[in-house]
Amino acid sequence: MKLTVWITAILAGLALMSILVGAAPLSGDGWWLVWVSRLPRTVAALLTGASLAVAGTVMQMLTRNRFVEPSTAGTAQAAGLGLIAVTLLAPGSSVMIKICAALTVSLFGTFGFVAILRRLPPRDPLLVPLVGIVYGGIIGAVASFIAYERDLVQYLDVWTGGELSGVMLGRYETLFLAAALLALVYGFADRFTIAGLGEDISRNLGLNYAQVMSLGLTIVATITSVTVVTVGMMPFVGLVVPNIAARLWGDNLRRTLPLVALSGAGLVLACDVLGRLIRYPYEIPAGTILGVLGAAVFLWLLHGRARHG
Amino acid sequence: MAKRLWAAFAVFAVSSFLFLTLDTRAGWDFILVFRGIKLVTMVTVGAAVALSTLLLQTLSANRILTPSIMGFDALFLLMQSVLVLMLGGLGYAQLAALPKFLVESLVLTLAAVLLFTLVLGSARDIAKVLLTGLIIGVMLRSLTGLINRVIDPSEYAILHGASFASFNQADPALAWIGAGVTAAVFLWAMSNHRALDVLALGREISVTLGLDHLRFTRRVLVAISLLVAVSTALVGPIVFFGLLVSALTYAFAGDWRHVILLPFAALCAASILILGQTLFEHVLALQSSVAIVIEAIGGAVFLLTLLMRKSK
Repeated sequence: MKLTVWITAILAGLALMSILVGAAPLSGDGWWLVWVSRLPRTVAALLTGASLAVAGTVMQMLTRNRFVEPSTAGTAQAAGLGLIAVTLLAPGSSVMIKICAALTVSLFGTFGFVAILRRLPPRDPLLVPLVGIVYGGIIGAVASFIAYERDLVQYLDVWTGGELSGVMLGRYETLFLAAALLALVYGFADRFTIAGLGEDISRNLGLNYAQVMSLGLTIVATITSVTVVTVGMMPFVGLVVPNIAARLWGDNLRRTLPLVALSGAGLVLACDVLGRLIRYPYEIPAGTILGVLGAAVFLWLLHGRARHG
Repeated sequence: MAKRLWAAFAVFAVSSFLFLTLDTRAGWDFILVFRGIKLVTMVTVGAAVALSTLLLQTLSANRILTPSIMGFDALFLLMQSVLVLMLGGLGYAQLAALPKFLVESLVLTLAAVLLFTLVLGSARDIAKVLLTGLIIGVMLRSLTGLINRVIDPSEYAILHGASFASFNQADPALAWIGAGVTAAVFLWAMSNHRALDVLALGREISVTLGLDHLRFTRRVLVAISLLVAVSTALVGPIVFFGLLVSALTYAFAGDWRHVILLPFAALCAASILILGQTLFEHVLALQSSVAIVIEAIGGAVFLLTLLMRKSK
């Protein structure tokens, strides 16, 4: 498709910019700097954006609601809570154990959200993200409370704030797990599309609805936990990109998945590069920029819908 | 049904007494002044939050809205950050309390009237209004975060104190101004209690019953904005406390008329804050985390209200 070529070209340009832009000059130790810091950072941004966008798409399909995404379902806040818990209970453990702990709590958090969703009648679709945001807020408040008592508030802010400046060779490889899950989603894309049509139609078409739902939500929670633990929470990517993609290219997951992944990757990378440029040589976290940009686009999506009907 | 109102007043009186007298180790003249100011702050903030929430819920004929959900407190914090950005940390710290408060209240009121006539007027879908408010709050908070990253770390430290709700660092001068403003708004609301009862019936019915809906709505919005300015200026952002108080009020006041609801809510809110602070400071010896706990409880109440409302 011509569009894919265009998007890939833009992405390549952004990646090149990302490798060249930064606080330290590229002369002298240039190659080492690119290998250890710039390239991993670029790859991390691309992977984060792609996996979060796809996770958002899957979540929207499975909950049949256009406005859910991992950061409005309590997933990211639950991962933060898990990190706090493992830091207080087992501070000397390896990174892998910390990720698993955050993952477990995050999975519980997501399934808790889905349990709440089942008790909400589908009449009012906007109630879902609202409940999700409040639910995430409560979990965040619990995490803040524990952090406040143990003087870890700053750490909590730093961990959960979406930021790519800490990415180095050896510290971001867990994101490849998210990439593997992306491939899995692509394999199951048709099943998710059918599940997105609703429980009755899925059963009519012979799909094991409960299994597909569980699988999809587990994948979403895992992707979110991995990204939160590695680079922090990137808000709104999983919401904005799938919505715009759905408006432009429709709901056939197998067809639109590559475009969604590429667009999400581009968005996060662009915000990261912007963050490095706004107040050069100081860096502004990509998550902060996404917070402003994403919120503005969300509001536009919310209120500009009327024209589409 | 004024019996319940008297019961609420009794609870309030007892909690105030406990707060002032429990676990004292210094002379009475110091204690009364030191704790007295804190008490005034808590009563003011409690009353302000309770009244603003109740008024907003009457206005929108919906029991889930609170002003903080609409992003008011986020706007307030953004104003603080912009002020620091423009004036520098030292200039900001040197601003006199009263003029600063007045300017902030004015901006907040204008923004509120603008937002509400844009959003509440056109949207019948209350979930859309809520979601819009929440996202506006997120956007404003992210903008604040962006500005916080751009200013000096020492300037940021001045701001940081303002962004966590804490009852221990209220400015005494501001506390009295806030108390005055809250009392004035309370008296205004009580003198219009019948109009508020009519307003609570919804837009169509109030117009049918002869209420000048547009004008009265604007006045109520001004009242709400003033109250939000008071509570945010005094102690920082509080999101779900108002909802907790209004839920308790509707459940326990035993009356739907505003002449009972308004004072009950104010007393309820003040009692919760005072009792909570007393408990935390003297019994549990935890420092300033009352606000976080109240927020968590309030958030849970919010969720329950949402869920129970929909499954009726």
